[in-house]
Amino acid sequence: MKGEVKLMKGNEAVALAAIRYGCDGYFGYPITPQSEVLETLQAEMPWETTGMVVLQAESEVAAINMVYGGAATGKAVMTSSSSPGISLKQEGISYIAAAQLPALILNVMRGGPGLGTIQPSQADYFQATKGGGHGDYHLIVLAPSSVQEMVDFVTLGFDLSFKYLTPTMILADGIVGQMMEKVVLPEQRPRRTDEEVKAQCPWAATGRTGLRKRNVVTSLEMDPARMEVNNHRLQAVYREIEKNEPRWEEKDVDNADYLIVSFGSVARICEKAKEIAEEKGIKVGIFRPITLWPYPIDALEKAAKDKKGVLVVELNAGQMIEDVRLSVHDSLPVKHFGRLGGIIPSPTEIVQALEQKLINPEK
Amino acid sequence: MKEEIIIAGFGGQGVLSMGKILAYSGLMDNKEVTWFPAYGPEQRGGTANVTVILSDEKISSPVLDAYDIVIALNQQSLDKFAPKVKPGGILIYDTNGIHKPPTRTDITIYPIDAISATMEFGNPKAYNMVVMGALIKAMPYELQQEHVELGLAKSLPERYHHMIPMNINAIKKGRSLVNPEN
Repeated sequence: MKGEVKLMKGNEAVALAAIRYGCDGYFGYPITPQSEVLETLQAEMPWETTGMVVLQAESEVAAINMVYGGAATGKAVMTSSSSPGISLKQEGISYIAAAQLPALILNVMRGGPGLGTIQPSQADYFQATKGGGHGDYHLIVLAPSSVQEMVDFVTLGFDLSFKYLTPTMILADGIVGQMMEKVVLPEQRPRRTDEEVKAQCPWAATGRTGLRKRNVVTSLEMDPARMEVNNHRLQAVYREIEKNEPRWEEKDVDNADYLIVSFGSVARICEKAKEIAEEKGIKVGIFRPITLWPYPIDALEKAAKDKKGVLVVELNAGQMIEDVRLSVHDSLPVKHFGRLGGIIPSPTEIVQALEQKLINPEK
Repeated sequence: MKEEIIIAGFGGQGVLSMGKILAYSGLMDNKEVTWFPAYGPEQRGGTANVTVILSDEKISSPVLDAYDIVIALNQQSLDKFAPKVKPGGILIYDTNGIHKPPTRTDITIYPIDAISATMEFGNPKAYNMVVMGALIKAMPYELQQEHVELGLAKSLPERYHHMIPMNINAIKKGRSLVNPEN
């Protein structure tokens, strides 16, 4: 199986990548457009090979709390859902973040608000990057733009999550979940043994033996002074993540007059738009944040330097644009183009938006 | 090479599976491939379409507004996608139920009677492979027969592998519907 090239949907790829990572448990509840994650795991039956648990919970709320419980024992556990289901999980996600536990959460976004549509959207950007649940916390948020990145970010997401003891979210959309592309899966890693878990996760509730102090995993603290200390501890981790982990990709940024900033699969539509713009003599560079939190602030500020303007393209009414404006300190025109509710813009529409909003703006 | 293709028709005509077999055939030929369905609450009788891109290079957008090849299997799809064929590109459409044929003169048009051909062939399930045959014949990029066969084997679950020879014959039948010399 090593290095074998396969063709699959982003959702299927996540399921297979989780098994290959040596994931201990998946807990989920079906919802379009990501049901293939659970379906693929059930079809693969990893409980018979690696021993991974795959469980369809009775609800999204149950699923995220199973993740909370599994994570508290030091296991590599995950869940997946789509927008309305992710909203239901927010309480649990806040608890997991507060208890400083590792977990992987996949959101294959669909059009909202409410039950909305089942077509692609990026309207959960605020929810994913600015908290989502209650309290002062952050998730590490990774935005894949290809099926291969869906695979790669399972490994990266778990690794970052265990490194910083904070949950990681893969913020995908219906396009990358549903499209099929070539992928190379990583080699099968064995699941960690109980001894390895005990050694690597001394905080985990693995059963008290001998004279070890009892490990208590909780987000509750009755004393506000101690709770403030807990908060400062979390914030210190976030500053560390902000320093070490911003990731992004640039295309032809140096020679461009205009910069398009876009994340996930939409950044690829923008690449096509760039080709069309170039045929018209418009020089465009593309900046694609890969981590949406921590946001690649410094890199974007540098990329936007001396440009005539920035167009932010998102499948929402203007969410990431706030981080773009903060990054460039409003030192140049920053405009937004978005389609809503599950509609995907075509490359030509993006070029038209660039022309109308930045190159020949109406007076 | 790069072929940007859309296949559009009714749900139940095998549009998505044809796209999948095409994508797998490209994969077997060592191409970069992307298969993106206009997914929705699709069902038999509704509309369905899938964009398939085969390329030597890394593929950017899975979403396009102009295509090298459009395959339209009903009037609705023809109306929607015929204007989106790139100048010099190819339009293949099934003539059944078409009351408003395409009028463009800057593209190559192949009207095919795929339904009659499928009835002659004798297995209605093979309709999409008859259309696939027409596409393979019309497409400037030559997809090798052996890669198509491998693509079929890769994309069909094993329990359907006994039907591969039938599908290959249906593709052959479809090829006869297109004559690029005319």
